[in-house]
Amino acid sequence: MTAPLLQVQGLVKRFGGLIATNNLDLSVGHGETLALIGPNGAGKTSLIAQLQGDLAPNGGTITFDGRDITRAPAHRRARLGLARSFQISSVFPEFSLVGNVAVAVQARLGHSFRFFRDASRDRALTDPAREALDSVGLAGLERRAADVSHGERRQLELAMALAMRPRLLLLDEPMAGMGREDSARMMRLLEKLKASYAMLLVEHDMNAVFALADRVAVLVAGQTIATGTPGEVRNDAAVRAAYLGKR
Amino acid sequence: MAEQTMVEGSMPAVAGAPRAPAAPLVGIAVIVLVLALVPTAAQALGNPFLIKIATRIVIFSIAAVALNLVLGFGNLVSLAHAGLFGIGGYVLGIAAAQVDGEVSTMLLPATGELAILLPLAMVIAGLAAAAMGVVALRTSGAYFIMITLAFNQMLYYVFVALQQFGGEDGLQITASLTLFGRSASARVPFYYGCVAALAVVLVAMQRLVGSRFGVVLRAAAQNERRLTAIGIPPLAYKLAAFALSGALAGLAGALLAASQDFISPSDMSWVRSGDLVVMCVLGGMAYVTGPVIGACAFLVLEFVLSGWSVHWQLAFGGFIIAVVVTLRGGLMDLLRMATPGGRAP
Amino acid sequence: MTTALLIEQGLNGLQLGVQLFLMAAGLTLVFGIMNMINLTHGSLFMVGAFLAATVLAKTGSFALALVVAVPATAAAGLVLEAVVLRRFYSRGHLDQVLVTFGLIMVINELTRMMWGPVPVPMPVPQLLSGAVTVYPGITYPSFRLAILGVGLLVAAGLYVVVVHTRVGMWVRAGASDRAIASAMGVNVSLVFSLVFAAGAALAGLAGIMAGPISAVQVGMGEPVLILALVVTVIGGIGSIKGALIAALLIGLADTFGRVLLPPALGSMIIFMMMAAILAWRPRGLFPVHG
Repeated sequence: MTAPLLQVQGLVKRFGGLIATNNLDLSVGHGETLALIGPNGAGKTSLIAQLQGDLAPNGGTITFDGRDITRAPAHRRARLGLARSFQISSVFPEFSLVGNVAVAVQARLGHSFRFFRDASRDRALTDPAREALDSVGLAGLERRAADVSHGERRQLELAMALAMRPRLLLLDEPMAGMGREDSARMMRLLEKLKASYAMLLVEHDMNAVFALADRVAVLVAGQTIATGTPGEVRNDAAVRAAYLGKR
Repeated sequence: MAEQTMVEGSMPAVAGAPRAPAAPLVGIAVIVLVLALVPTAAQALGNPFLIKIATRIVIFSIAAVALNLVLGFGNLVSLAHAGLFGIGGYVLGIAAAQVDGEVSTMLLPATGELAILLPLAMVIAGLAAAAMGVVALRTSGAYFIMITLAFNQMLYYVFVALQQFGGEDGLQITASLTLFGRSASARVPFYYGCVAALAVVLVAMQRLVGSRFGVVLRAAAQNERRLTAIGIPPLAYKLAAFALSGALAGLAGALLAASQDFISPSDMSWVRSGDLVVMCVLGGMAYVTGPVIGACAFLVLEFVLSGWSVHWQLAFGGFIIAVVVTLRGGLMDLLRMATPGGRAP
Repeated sequence: MTTALLIEQGLNGLQLGVQLFLMAAGLTLVFGIMNMINLTHGSLFMVGAFLAATVLAKTGSFALALVVAVPATAAAGLVLEAVVLRRFYSRGHLDQVLVTFGLIMVINELTRMMWGPVPVPMPVPQLLSGAVTVYPGITYPSFRLAILGVGLLVAAGLYVVVVHTRVGMWVRAGASDRAIASAMGVNVSLVFSLVFAAGAALAGLAGIMAGPISAVQVGMGEPVLILALVVTVIGGIGSIKGALIAALLIGLADTFGRVLLPPALGSMIIFMMMAAILAWRPRGLFPVHG
């Protein structure tokens, strides 16, 4: 059995007297979709921040594709293949949609100290960008990112993540703030992506969790109290006791 | 259907947030053409003084365009650029002053040759900017502004204290300046030289802002967190931009020293840094050519008002306040009102 | 360095430090609480000095000058805040820099129009015009000692108010999180005005005390403003404790630097210090907003 793509072991994070992450273990296999659920205050946000590199853990390790990334800065993790979306849409508002994704392509290609050629006409950047936008359903939209709808911005973030040719997608509530139609669209998109990418999905929407997740990890008070298939987790007594949230 | 969700990283209420990266080459050509016609107009009107003021406008345009690289496109409010401008001026001034033996230092060559001095001024100012940037760019927002202001004043006080270079009274340049061996003191050819320099700077800036490097700079200005998340750490790019910006400001300073045959600390006070920022905002920070318009408007207004009353600063200060309160996109936005919002990359 | 020189320059350094603290305290609070870069702080310093010099010239009483000029400067600050600056709390720092930049020009010019371009004389008050023996064989001007004393008193007073009173609690709450303070019933707008007025009063006081030992002239505020900004940055935006420590540090460093080093280096010393401290702590020594 091959090693998991992402392996978190014994992760600890303290904020003064408060323990946000309490000896947490977690893993995501290659091509697997893991959903992370848990009540508010369980420590999901802190965990995501530590996985992304925004927050330094006090103890434990994070291994990605065999490499120890526990102390690696965020941009290095991105280059290694860890792509993320933000809980609150985070894009480049003044750039067009193509422009936004093109930056991600440019980041992947790695040659940004170029001073003369017009980047907006560089097919090496714009072709993959348009491809990525196409795959998330945003083809042909020539607008600034600030001028598109919330749902479209979420799709844009996903396109940016895909343009990085990631190994693992870290999606923090990808359907947050979306209406029914947008949510459904995002769901179909994520289902399509399951085939090609490993995903770590933080979600509150149980329908999404059951439809998408291969496995579910339940986070309570900074620890995973249960891990298993959605069916297993749903019937787990400890989970039922600790986590009454159903959406 | 108001958009409830906040778009993280959207630009705060900065006057004239950058939209399209640059004016097309046509805009640059028009500006250069207009500037090139000034000596002819001056002769026709029988007013050679026009050339003097036009030279000053062109020189400050270069400085303002330089500042706008980091201010308008990088969203870095630098109040250090007058200091960098002054460094360029003093490099030229000190080197030239050594020709007549008035001044002597081991650090600079004794020459009045612009082909050596202008690049030298750029290199030294660029290095100074890089040194400043290493400290300042690790901070952000208000800290950055105040640190650049402090560094500007440091440079100012240093030159005030250096009595051997004239101190507060400034340094007179008596040696004759040359370009590739030929005299560079004739007013009209010197002016054309400055216009040529501005043209080159504008075209280079246009290319730079649209290039991959420019994209990173502008992306960092909008949302640094997102940029890091896709794998680009912005510091190196901001530092390079700051150094380049400083080098060009140094070029402008050297040209000023050459045009006045004089350089003094008052050319590099923090007030001058503020003036450069006003020029950028006035002209339109979103455009490569904006600062040229801003410099022209600023200097013409300053000239006209100071001719009317000894208390002209009252009106000028009021004008600046009015600009900040009302004209968010700068004069260029007024000019562009006809065309719909610029092309995004 | 002789003992005499050490003591004399040490006292000079502390006295400068205390003056810088008076300026920086107001600046750092306005900054920390209203998130506003206020370059007109130097103008308030100047206004205080001019008002006091005028009252002194008309009445001959320094005490009266103090009593009139400090509140008057506070009032001037309030007017400035209410009429112009209040609108800029939510605007970006660039806009704040520009508007206060324009205001400096306006205020400087108005001052020049009212008092003329020649510095206004402001003699040291009779009572404090002598010198005091601080150490066997070493005397130090009484007025400078008074400045030191007043400054330390104000620092102590600020400490008591900010740490031990309800108003101080509001101020600290506002400094660390405006939204929460507001949600908890603190009248944020009133706190802002109060803080601004207090800062203005302190700046005015600093100006009045500086008057007799430097020149009361247009533009006297800007050099002090810049030093105060350095102090604020080093101390940490929003922190009064930081402002005090940084101010004393800068005051001593600047004074000894000028005495011990050649002129060019001496004027650079505090900026080098600032660069070094920021390299180590990019948000200053005691940042409030972590």
